[in-house]
Amino acid sequence: MIAAAHGNLPLPGQIDTGDTAWMLAATALVLLMTPALGLFYAGLVRAKNTLNTFMMCVGALGVVTVMWAVIGYSLAFDRGDGFVGGLHNVLLHGVTLAPHAGLRIPDLLFMAFEATFCIVTSALVSGAVVERMRFGPFLIFVGLWSVLVYAVLAHWVFGGGWLQAHGTLDFAGGVPVEMASGFSAFAAAMVVGARRDYGRQALLPHNAVYVLLGAGLLWFGWFGFNGGSGYSAGSSSVLAFTNTLLAPACALVVWFVLDLLRDRRVTAIGGATAIIVGCVAITPAAGYISPTWAMALGGLAVLPSYAIILWRPRTRLDETLDVLAAHGVAGVTGILFVGFFAQLAWNGRANGLLYGHAGQLAWQAVAVLAGPAYAFAATFVILRVIGLFTPLRVTEREEAIGMDVIQHGEEAYTTGEGAILVGPEGGFEEPGRRFGERFLGPLSKSR
Amino acid sequence: MKLVIGIVRPEKANDVLEALYRAEIRGVSISRVQGHGGELDRVETYRGTTVKMGLAEKVRFEVAVSDSFVEMTVAALCDGARTGEVGDGKIFVVPLEQAVRIRTGETDVGAVTPVGS
Repeated sequence: MIAAAHGNLPLPGQIDTGDTAWMLAATALVLLMTPALGLFYAGLVRAKNTLNTFMMCVGALGVVTVMWAVIGYSLAFDRGDGFVGGLHNVLLHGVTLAPHAGLRIPDLLFMAFEATFCIVTSALVSGAVVERMRFGPFLIFVGLWSVLVYAVLAHWVFGGGWLQAHGTLDFAGGVPVEMASGFSAFAAAMVVGARRDYGRQALLPHNAVYVLLGAGLLWFGWFGFNGGSGYSAGSSSVLAFTNTLLAPACALVVWFVLDLLRDRRVTAIGGATAIIVGCVAITPAAGYISPTWAMALGGLAVLPSYAIILWRPRTRLDETLDVLAAHGVAGVTGILFVGFFAQLAWNGRANGLLYGHAGQLAWQAVAVLAGPAYAFAATFVILRVIGLFTPLRVTEREEAIGMDVIQHGEEAYTTGEGAILVGPEGGFEEPGRRFGERFLGPLSKSR
Repeated sequence: MKLVIGIVRPEKANDVLEALYRAEIRGVSISRVQGHGGELDRVETYRGTTVKMGLAEKVRFEVAVSDSFVEMTVAALCDGARTGEVGDGKIFVVPLEQAVRIRTGETDVGAVTPVGS
């Protein structure tokens, strides 16, 4: 800090106030992505499931953050072996204000920044199971998933694991974030099963404005997600930040064209989806490719994701909010794109195939096979095991009534008409009445 | 002619529409209503304030039919809307004095018979 005050660049191993300031802001930006995702998802479901869908993201904010501090961070970033990290940082032991190894920001801030990635990634998987999965089992699932899937895959590419050791390039999380959430969603949809009305009734998004606003806020947060993944206020962050502007814009334009060709109309839900696909595709590549290639990637990534989104609803697979198409497939596109178009002149790390290093593409391809395979298998097993102890989904009857009333006892759009005040907790009760009676006594009587 | 009014659970509205469609009853209006018919109250809690939702959301079907269709319409409403639990709703059949199709000026049975039947 003293060095920075004197205007000299601090060496690695010293804290830099500029880097630290940006990473503090970036951490807050990425945290915003989780409620933004909640809004995005809530708009895509039916009105009776709005709160439950949003609450799955809020649930991740709570449960996943705790799991990350308790053990997830250690398994992801402690040295360990090639597959998983060690246990030296359990309960944040040894995570201090000293600089993180090789960086000029405090270890504690590094932990917090990475925590926000784990939260939003875990919340993403909920898109596969909304409108039917019980809230309690979901919280258990999301807590276990954040440790057994996210932390492991983050170790592979960020924490010194085998993919990173072999040179796989993943700037901000194509493997642990995008492919992991997408292919886990695939597995989760298979285990939990389709919604009762899937394929029988039109199940429409109930509020496209939420979807658009959610996508906009996600894009905003993504500037911290990618722009912070250079861990500094330096050039790789600037490159990643700018590419995060360019790629989704190109994705939007290409999506518009595809919509026009297909139906002569540009759709709002499609536009929101295009933003996500563009952001996802640029995530692994943001700090590694030139701005021009970033624009190409944004446009190119739309094609496979668009195709999958058209194809998936024709199958029996009720992967409800298309996490596989938007995240899994676009993540694959981004990771492979790095293998072709990474440019030493821009990233200072490695070239891709086009710039003379074919081996880069090989290790990108290995990541594309190994990451999804692990995520799919682990998610499948986690959900099956939870399902042995407790039902994963509500009954058909409850599904028809809606998850908000059944799981939370609240509604998103209640009018209050006909609502009779029973009383604020603790107030108005007659003396001497027991807690249970106060609520259950008068209410369980039928007339 | 009769006006058949069915008040059903919102989550069964699609099933009722399907049942009516299968019975080839095509002219129907629906509206969202709130009401109370003796079912158990639903309890919700907002920040410590507990409320009984005395009025339940329902969907009201109105089907104007000639006399020979009344039975089928009632049967379709029952089939589509029944869950077997309190709160499935009610059906009212009321006499209908006159019906006019605005486009053509046809009246009564002609007006309640769907075009092309």
